[in-house]
Amino acid sequence: MTALPPKLQDYLDDFSFITTREERADFLIDIADSFQPVPARVASKPYDEAHRVIGCESEAFVWAVERADGRLDYYFDVLNPQGLSAMAMSAILDEACSGAPLEQVANISGDVVFAFFGRDISMGKGRGLTELINAVVYHARQRL
Amino acid sequence: MSDIKSRGYANADKLVSTDWVAAHLNDTGVRIIESNEDPLLYPSGHLPGAVEVDWVKDLNDPLRRDYLDRAGFEALAGRIGISPETTVIFYGDKSNWWATYALWVFELFGHTNAKIMDGGRLKWAEEGRELTREKPDIGPTSYTAPERDDSQVRAFRDGVLAHIEAGGQLVDVRSPGEFSGETLHMPGYPQEGAVRGGHIPGASSVPWSRAANEDGTFKNAAELRAIYLDEIGLNPEEPTIAYCRIGERSSHTWFVLTNLLGFGDVRNYDGSWTEWGNSVGLPIEK
Repeated sequence: MTALPPKLQDYLDDFSFITTREERADFLIDIADSFQPVPARVASKPYDEAHRVIGCESEAFVWAVERADGRLDYYFDVLNPQGLSAMAMSAILDEACSGAPLEQVANISGDVVFAFFGRDISMGKGRGLTELINAVVYHARQRL
Repeated sequence: MSDIKSRGYANADKLVSTDWVAAHLNDTGVRIIESNEDPLLYPSGHLPGAVEVDWVKDLNDPLRRDYLDRAGFEALAGRIGISPETTVIFYGDKSNWWATYALWVFELFGHTNAKIMDGGRLKWAEEGRELTREKPDIGPTSYTAPERDDSQVRAFRDGVLAHIEAGGQLVDVRSPGEFSGETLHMPGYPQEGAVRGGHIPGASSVPWSRAANEDGTFKNAAELRAIYLDEIGLNPEEPTIAYCRIGERSSHTWFVLTNLLGFGDVRNYDGSWTEWGNSVGLPIEK
């Protein structure tokens, strides 16, 4: 079985120790604070709708830029200023997947959303965040 | 947006402005409550002194599909430091969708001294007003609540069936695709919740968000009357039931019809489509 990107596994291990809703929220907010939107050299507004994450109510966009070695750098933007969960998920995916082997990125399941955000997340939030992951996975699978 | 009092609402006192809230942040007779869909928003920054009421963990029974009971509400009220006399101000994300839901649940326990901050969290933030991550130091209170009263503003399946058989007014506040049966969920939400698509026979379709402006504030009374009275022909004197998928979006419409347009008898059917569309033998229209 193909492994997950090591940095994603590190995140999952860290989140596995979380025991309270407050601790989870604080961790995710810290991650969201590190979110960096897509640089202008990659994309500028208004964004091409082809990069929009369908199903994400926080209006997230994803880009994948190929490196010389064939791996991908992922870039994100979240247009809803209150889309903190989408920003946190984007920051995790950026750090964990950019430069990772494509087969590892392609192996990520959308269910990891619940490892990060917990089972109490609403259906709408869960769907949007899962689609964010699916968008990254899609780009990796397209190049395998 | 114009002053709330000038918008022609039936009960303008149920709405307060961000200015009003800013002037009452330290009012001991007022408790400000944030209710969101996104669980990260409150801890990332909230109005000074505001407490959080979470729609999942605070308002629902942890086991059954139902709301909290009297003991649960008393415990919640005690934790957030309110008494039956406290003026409760709800605000939140998504044009106050979840704030109206919380207000509606509080009404089941007779806590009707509750209002909505017009425009919600987004308006407050966009006005550059203070948000803090500091949780307020709330001294717990002892709150004696009545038993939950489901008879006034809540509708159940059998009551809805009797209502439609009598030709009663019904508003489906879901998206047009859900109403037509094209989809079983709202756009962007998962395909789950019901095994049949469509709507309750006789229902009129008015998606909940039509009552809100782009900035999350409520439309004025004339604009709301144009939608609910002129467009779909609701009679404010007749009993009306609103529903959606699980009763949260329809709480927004319940608030609009009851408080902003002054309808005399509006109920929120919280079983909504996830109950109706899964029930054996109930009539469905497409």
